Amino acid sequence: MSWTRENRWRAALVLVGVIFTLAAPGVLELFTIINLSTAIALAILALSLGLIWGYGGILCFGQTAFFGIGAYAYTIAAVNLGGSSWAVLIAILVAAVFAAVLGYFMFYGRVSDVYMAVITLTVTLILYSLLRRTSGPEYKIGNALLGGFNGVTAPPLNLPWSPYMPLFPEHVFYVGMGVLIIGYIICAWLIQTHFGRVAVAIRENELRAELIGYDTRFYKLAMFTIGGAIAGAGGVIFANGVGRITPDIFNLYNSALAIIWVIVGGRGTLAGPVMGSFALFYLTSWLGTQGVLNNNLVLGLILIIFVLAVPRGILPTFVGWWDSARSRRAMQRRELKVRRRRSRRSSELQEAADE
Amino acid sequence: MNSEIVVETRNLSMHFGGVKAVDRVNFNLREHELRCLIGPNGAGKSTFFKCLTGQLAPTSGDVVIRDFNGTGRLPHQIARLGVGIKTQVPSVFDGLSVNENIWLAARRWHGAARARSLTDQTIERLKLGDIRSDLVGLLAHGQRQWVELGMVVAAEPWLVLLDEPAAGMTHDEVERTVEIIREINQQATMIVVEHDMQFIRMISSKVTVFHEGRILIEDTMDVVTADPRVREVYLGHGTS
Repeated sequence: MSWTRENRWRAALVLVGVIFTLAAPGVLELFTIINLSTAIALAILALSLGLIWGYGGILCFGQTAFFGIGAYAYTIAAVNLGGSSWAVLIAILVAAVFAAVLGYFMFYGRVSDVYMAVITLTVTLILYSLLRRTSGPEYKIGNALLGGFNGVTAPPLNLPWSPYMPLFPEHVFYVGMGVLIIGYIICAWLIQTHFGRVAVAIRENELRAELIGYDTRFYKLAMFTIGGAIAGAGGVIFANGVGRITPDIFNLYNSALAIIWVIVGGRGTLAGPVMGSFALFYLTSWLGTQGVLNNNLVLGLILIIFVLAVPRGILPTFVGWWDSARSRRAMQRRELKVRRRRSRRSSELQEAADE
Repeated sequence: MNSEIVVETRNLSMHFGGVKAVDRVNFNLREHELRCLIGPNGAGKSTFFKCLTGQLAPTSGDVVIRDFNGTGRLPHQIARLGVGIKTQVPSVFDGLSVNENIWLAARRWHGAARARSLTDQTIERLKLGDIRSDLVGLLAHGQRQWVELGMVVAAEPWLVLLDEPAAGMTHDEVERTVEIIREINQQATMIVVEHDMQFIRMISSKVTVFHEGRILIEDTMDVVTADPRVREVYLGHGTS
């Protein structure tokens, strides 16, 4: 990986993230930190969708399915195993395998983009109705009752392989930030490998990628599976941040929200969707405390405004402004230099003429 | 010419509902040949081309490339045989640079270092040096065609299939393209689909004329243009 301009920015962003992680628990109130853990979990979900949609060109309308499966798998495994270490790994694995199976049928079945969006959304909504109907005592996996629309209480994370040392909320925050930062670094690395560059090429033109010999089905499936795994990791953090998992995680509102984060933040960037998710998370919770405007109304308005006025999203638009401002400044500097040289030359000529 | 037959179709047919776009075509191509497929619009040459490249699965019949039965295979499986393909409408990666486009083709078959030098060579060969960091989507039509040719060449194919490589080009661009095609032909066997007679005369090769999904005649350009049936098909004399 070379130190291109993008990578310097990415490194700076990681640095900011690390400093924030270390400083925040000392500065902010505990309630804010707990709230942040949830926001971070959603940011990880945004990152995963930013990767597969922005770089892989896969419009997954149900990225929350993998997020929710990660959260449920973590909770069920943690209840049964009486500790979180294996549960975390199991959760990520289950989310990835689910994405791989679903992706296999979609990509190897050559389902077109529009139907892919419909299928992923439908799968999410199926999971929603399915889990809502599991309220009876007969619906349990091992010792874990699924609890229908009331959901299940998620056991807290503990220190690796020591089930009797549960983490405090600020430690969950550390873990969440760690997952977000590491996930971001993995994604940034991935898009610069041969694999990632091929995935971007497929987004640009799938036929051409095939004609130069790449099996596009495999690349899309791999991308989709990685996205599923990252979303699953986000689900684990979410379960810990909220403490309780309900089927609402799979509802239409949340799956649409993930799409809005990416549109607002900027498709084709990794940091954009993360910023978009943070911004909208705090906007909606602020609106919730105001109680004046309806959340959905505002979100819908934001979506419309962005699609019409800022179609590239916040981050790419800012980068565009920055670039054009910089090139304008450089041009002005060049012009100034030329003008100065010209005036110097003319004054020299003047002097020569005077002599 | 007694060299080996490298592309063969046996009774190849492609029907769309009741339309027989390609109808029982038997076609042979020998190694190092440069063959042009011509025919008026709707003659079936592009459909035939798509069957060869795996973009369409034929209704019946076989496509054999060397010893490999390519019938109904996917484009990437055809490409894997060492076949370079250029489509009719320039099919390129618009959002990526010229360099990245060609690198992606080279890197498919070679390690990182070799891919980089192959990319440089190809860019030099096609004289794309001045625009190598430009986004392909912003280039002129002719340049985009060359970028696509560059992607074909960078993979070092032994068989090259081009669908209308000179479509929409200016006269100078066509001349440059003819040069490139002659150069590619020194190492590779080629099939070129074209309906510009002038262009075909410039590359002067054996010509296969398609008409209504079948091969009408197969000979040199001079014989073909002198043939009354070809004249009729192209100029529409009489009632057919």
